[in-house]
Amino acid sequence: MPKLSTKWIKKSPWVYHVGTGGCNNCDIEILDCLTPRFDVERFGIKLVVSPRHADVLLVSGPVTYHIKSRLQEVYQQVPKPCVVACIGACACSMGIFKDAYSVAGPVDRVIKEIDPNAIFVYVPGCPPKPETMIMALVKALQKI
Amino acid sequence: MNNLLWYILAFLVFPGLLFTSVFGLVVTWVDRKVSARVQWRAGPPFLQPFYDFFKLWHKELLIPSAGKKAGFLFAPLLGLTATTLLATIIGVTNIDPEFRFVGDVVVIMYLMILPPLSIVWGGFASGNPLSILGASREIKLMLGYELPFIIAVATVLFKVGTFSLGDIIQYQQVNGVLLTQPSMILAFVVALLCLQAKLGQVPFDIAEAECEIMEGPLLEYSGPALGIFKLMQAMLYVVVPWFIISLFWGGTSFHEWGILWSLLKYLVVVVIVVLIKNTNPRIRIDQAMKFFWSWATLLAVVAMILMFLGY
Repeated sequence: MPKLSTKWIKKSPWVYHVGTGGCNNCDIEILDCLTPRFDVERFGIKLVVSPRHADVLLVSGPVTYHIKSRLQEVYQQVPKPCVVACIGACACSMGIFKDAYSVAGPVDRVIKEIDPNAIFVYVPGCPPKPETMIMALVKALQKI
Repeated sequence: MNNLLWYILAFLVFPGLLFTSVFGLVVTWVDRKVSARVQWRAGPPFLQPFYDFFKLWHKELLIPSAGKKAGFLFAPLLGLTATTLLATIIGVTNIDPEFRFVGDVVVIMYLMILPPLSIVWGGFASGNPLSILGASREIKLMLGYELPFIIAVATVLFKVGTFSLGDIIQYQQVNGVLLTQPSMILAFVVALLCLQAKLGQVPFDIAEAECEIMEGPLLEYSGPALGIFKLMQAMLYVVVPWFIISLFWGGTSFHEWGILWSLLKYLVVVVIVVLIKNTNPRIRIDQAMKFFWSWATLLAVVAMILMFLGY
């Protein structure tokens, strides 16, 4: 497969939101991000409704066994190149759910099972502030 | 030979593909910026639609396993070609009203059906249930708005007594713009309502309802194919208002201050569309059909009768 350019994704990252078993706290902060108050359209960030249109997957929550195969499937549905943003402590490192019986692993480990070259952005916090998320996304995309 | 070269240039550069796509993407920015200001936001940077398009161009193109490959890939190209041809015919007629062939308004009306049809085709070829639902809604919407739109256009055709866009523009250069007469104002309002539906803007974005059926027919599209569809929609944003301005508001002039005045006319139409879009909720498909077949058609017929009575 030819190498696809990541140059333009910095300028218009379209995000798709995947909840993978978090406590809903990060999801609400993500929705906060998209309100007129923070106006992410300034950076070209847009919430899309289909993984086919997405450039960035916003994943919140530790990955439970129940959702693991679904997350992998959604990742495969996203046209490459794409970025996976782990929002919150749980998505980054499983947080307080570490060693729980129902949790399959942090987001990066689950996705690396099917694509070892996946690109990750980590935004820790419980939950991260909307400003932090926007800052993280904008900064991380500049470094790709 | 020379003539042929000139036509190819008109198709590809001005007023065809290149001009219309660049202008269309700029207008998309105007749309997003005005929407942002209405919602008390700052809005995207000027080049945002261009970034979006180039990004989509550099993404992977996925073809759904349940879909039909040929139709899925051919549909966006059909829509883009039809829109470019439409832009070329309307643009060349506006530059030189002497350019005409028999019944070009009829050809334009038919070509205007092709972009929605290409979306329908793409939706059905995707093989996704939500895409198919969106495509079937698009067909119903098309059946709805075509009737009043054709009556509104026919009002102008009967008034001027011709089937040629060039003649209509020349008639308005001699006798003043048609929009000063009451019957034409009614027909213009009907055409604006149909414009809203033709562009798929909010009260009538039933086929692409994002939060309901996930952009409907475009759901399975990704990468360059989605980019072409977005470009086609941006170009329609230029072409359909241009056609309506040519019919009712004296067309476009390319002389000195005429360019500014033409641009102003065009921007007025676009800002009306954006304001309607930002102040209305989406309606259901049956409500849209009822609206177009009762009120809009009634208004168009009243305009027609007034025109025959001489108002």
